[in-house]
Amino acid sequence: MSDRICKFYEVLVGLEIHIQLATRSKMFTAAPNAFGQPPNSLVDPQVLGLPGVLPVMNKRAVEYSIKVGLALGCQIAPFTKWDRKSYYYPDLPKNYQISQYDLPLCSSGTFDIPDDDGSTKTIRIRRAHLEEDAGKLIHEAPGGHPIDYTIVDLNRAGTPLLEIVTEPDFTTPRQVTTFAQELQKIVQYLGVSEGQMQMGHMRFEPNINLHVTDQTGVVHRTAITEIKNLNSFSVLEKATAYEIQRQLHQWLETGALGQKSTYGWDDAREITVHQRDKEEANDYRYFPDPDLVPVIVDDTWLAELKRQIGELPAARRKRYVESVGLSPVDAATLAADRHTGDLFDQSVAAGAAPKRVATLLLSHGRRLANESGKPLAQLNLKPNRIAELANLIDQNKIAPAEPAGKVLERLLQQDAPAEQIASELGLLQSSDTSAIEAAIEALIAQNPKPLQDYKSGKQAAFGALVGMVMKQAKGLNPKLVQERLKQKLG
Amino acid sequence: MLAFDTIADAIQAIRSKTISSTQLVRYALAQIDKLDPAIKAFNSVYPDQSLARAKEVDAGRITGPLAGVPIALKDNICTTFGTTTCSSKILANFRSPYAATVAKKLEAAGAIILGKTNLDEFARGSSTENSAFGPTRNPWDTARVPGGSSGGSAAALAAGMCCASIGSDTGGSIRQPASLCGLVGLKPTYGRVSRYGLVAYASSLDQIGPLAWTVADAATLLNVIAGHDPNDSTSVPHPRPDYLAHLHQPIKGLRLGIAKEYQLASGIDPQVKTAVAAAIKTYQALGAQLVDVSLPHTEYGIAAYYIIAPCEASSNLARYDGVHFGHRTKEPVRDIIELFSKSRAEGFGEEVQRRIMIGTYALSSGYYDAYYLRALKVRTLIRRDFDNAFTHCHAILCPTSPVPAFAVGEKSADPLQMYLVDVFTVTANIAAIPGISLPCGFTAAPKPLPIGLQLLGPAFTEQKLLRIAQMYESATPWHNHRPPLA
Repeated sequence: MSDRICKFYEVLVGLEIHIQLATRSKMFTAAPNAFGQPPNSLVDPQVLGLPGVLPVMNKRAVEYSIKVGLALGCQIAPFTKWDRKSYYYPDLPKNYQISQYDLPLCSSGTFDIPDDDGSTKTIRIRRAHLEEDAGKLIHEAPGGHPIDYTIVDLNRAGTPLLEIVTEPDFTTPRQVTTFAQELQKIVQYLGVSEGQMQMGHMRFEPNINLHVTDQTGVVHRTAITEIKNLNSFSVLEKATAYEIQRQLHQWLETGALGQKSTYGWDDAREITVHQRDKEEANDYRYFPDPDLVPVIVDDTWLAELKRQIGELPAARRKRYVESVGLSPVDAATLAADRHTGDLFDQSVAAGAAPKRVATLLLSHGRRLANESGKPLAQLNLKPNRIAELANLIDQNKIAPAEPAGKVLERLLQQDAPAEQIASELGLLQSSDTSAIEAAIEALIAQNPKPLQDYKSGKQAAFGALVGMVMKQAKGLNPKLVQERLKQKLG
Repeated sequence: MLAFDTIADAIQAIRSKTISSTQLVRYALAQIDKLDPAIKAFNSVYPDQSLARAKEVDAGRITGPLAGVPIALKDNICTTFGTTTCSSKILANFRSPYAATVAKKLEAAGAIILGKTNLDEFARGSSTENSAFGPTRNPWDTARVPGGSSGGSAAALAAGMCCASIGSDTGGSIRQPASLCGLVGLKPTYGRVSRYGLVAYASSLDQIGPLAWTVADAATLLNVIAGHDPNDSTSVPHPRPDYLAHLHQPIKGLRLGIAKEYQLASGIDPQVKTAVAAAIKTYQALGAQLVDVSLPHTEYGIAAYYIIAPCEASSNLARYDGVHFGHRTKEPVRDIIELFSKSRAEGFGEEVQRRIMIGTYALSSGYYDAYYLRALKVRTLIRRDFDNAFTHCHAILCPTSPVPAFAVGEKSADPLQMYLVDVFTVTANIAAIPGISLPCGFTAAPKPLPIGLQLLGPAFTEQKLLRIAQMYESATPWHNHRPPLA
């Protein structure tokens, strides 16, 4: 069919991500930034673009964006400004969007993601800039009834939107979704966006092309296509994978490199669908918005934001493995949520062994969280109490399994010293050697039979002996009982 | 004319119960009824509301520095009452759900806003001929223009229909009509007065300011409208001084700059030259020292202005598309693009369309650097010119307009000639500095028409600028002249 042979090909994928920031008010006005409200209820004269209105910058949105930029290893612009991006569309009341053109707030970042082979893949971040979102156009009546007009809903208009653009550094669809998932964790960790995919808080647009090397060594570069508005991780991965194969087969079958164009994802057929060619760049007539003043990000402000961010999940994970000595799995679980990580750190800081605290939180803590349907960090556990309990275990005053779990459970309702609770629950175990000695003596005196069995070589009788000692005097440390008994018999 | 036609007189008369606010407002409304059919200063008048407010003042329920004083507001400043049309068909029925900060401040000060005044559509023009509702006439000679774009505000005041008025100035739109109508007109420093609710023409140049018979009245109004507004990011948080304090105290050792570039400017009417020369002599007699200064980039001022203003305007006017508010075409349309273009073609006048096209072109990819960016560089140079000049003088003195009021229709056919009328005024907007126009005499032939003198000062020196203006006003009779018709 064709004399084209693909010797090998290189995949180049860049990602454009739009993140809706969870500020209370919109980007340039006090109108509320919310979701799921009746159409056109979250508007004011500014959102409507009425004559004479002026934008006032939402400082919180800028701070959120800087935090994401810092998490992505970006340079934060010490001086940035707002530009008007002009295009006519009914969901854009002013017919220009306030955005950032040549001086984005964040630029030149790098972010490491784990690759499938266990190595680390570095993704370069080209820029991240802040802008106001447009409204929504609805082409059918509620319930899907056809209408011969278009409904404009401006609830989303003017909400703060962070646009992140990566370099074309992804070489597999899996890397793309890994990055997307890591980014979701970051925005949730920073508290700057709910990052709920199904609510459109994060929208992904991969840019894809291939460098195909044929049998003669000539490199064929397919035209870049962009897949618009993907809002689930699985669709992002499937669409990217599909588009790579589509471009490759198009070249193999026809030799065509294609046109620079925009594609959509047809979820039912699981294919990418051509939407439009991008022959010419739109002329957005960018110019600095004269209604707004430039943004100066000084060192004090930046330092404060860095302080607020604290330690990012990746750094925390690394520290837990390398300095604290946790397993990578435990480290990842504790570091994934900021508050869980904080609880762990504070408990350790209160004077307990890190591994013991980690085990406590990840076994009993997680079980209690599941039972109550609340995140671990919201169970109202106090770091000092967790530390106390961890120390009780390490001091052999309480058994790490069920008894420790019971104490932790009680700590949910009662803020009292862990030892006191353990004592009230009768879970404290004695490590008093004289008490153990006495118990063993008493046992031997009363029950010579098992002892004789053991001495005549029945090893199994040892367990029964331990059980009997424990029964004799409740609350003894079983480990010590075993040791002592062995000595006695030995 | 009004019995008490300045703010100061009206306030005194009302406070001393010589006249009630109700009576004063009635006189003003009667004057509007009598003269406005010929002058066409107002786009809308609100008699019932005005009289109701006047009664509140008389009953002592509304107080403030402007309590009971009838004033007029340019029809590009949003009010929650009536319409805000910008003299454009596209906003002919626009009722704003919110009020401009300046409108709120005026009402809080007790002012009675009689009505909204005519302007060149969206403040684009220098004659008030470019109004969708017809031109405003100059009360000194109704065959002539009142200047623009705040021509309605100037004519309303000159014709004695109010005690003062509010305009907006983007390239001279307060000062030039003040000059052509024999009034005091002040453009404050950019950022001194909130632009919130002023329908934008060129956002980086627009500034609201007062038109009045006297310097003191202008200071009174500035006291009310100036100050920081959190709704306007470009308004400055500097404290507002009391512009009336020390107003009558002359500046000792006053140095006035005379720019050689202004003297060399072509097209200055000889009678204007004579009047301004006489004004300079007056200042000298008052002890002022003249200083030669140079503003070498003056000749690029008009060019830069007519790039920056249309660029910003093309963007500011993009929202009038027939979708969300304003005029929408009744013609059948094939698609949304046609809805946009037909609504806009029907709704905007010729001059507005011309400036939208110039601005759209200049901002287009490939032209941006050559036009807009270049104009911004010129802007920096012009600012620097003034900074340098003001190291040598307190203020620069020059004509406001190179010509007195011209005939209706005389320049409207030739936009370029019209643009040159702004030669002495645009640079103040470009440099963001304050400027004030004062009446400084009249032409002799063909008939007496007012001539205006302009003083330009460094940013945020309105207080000083008003004192310098007051020195002249106290020494001359021009502010007492009223047009015969009034």
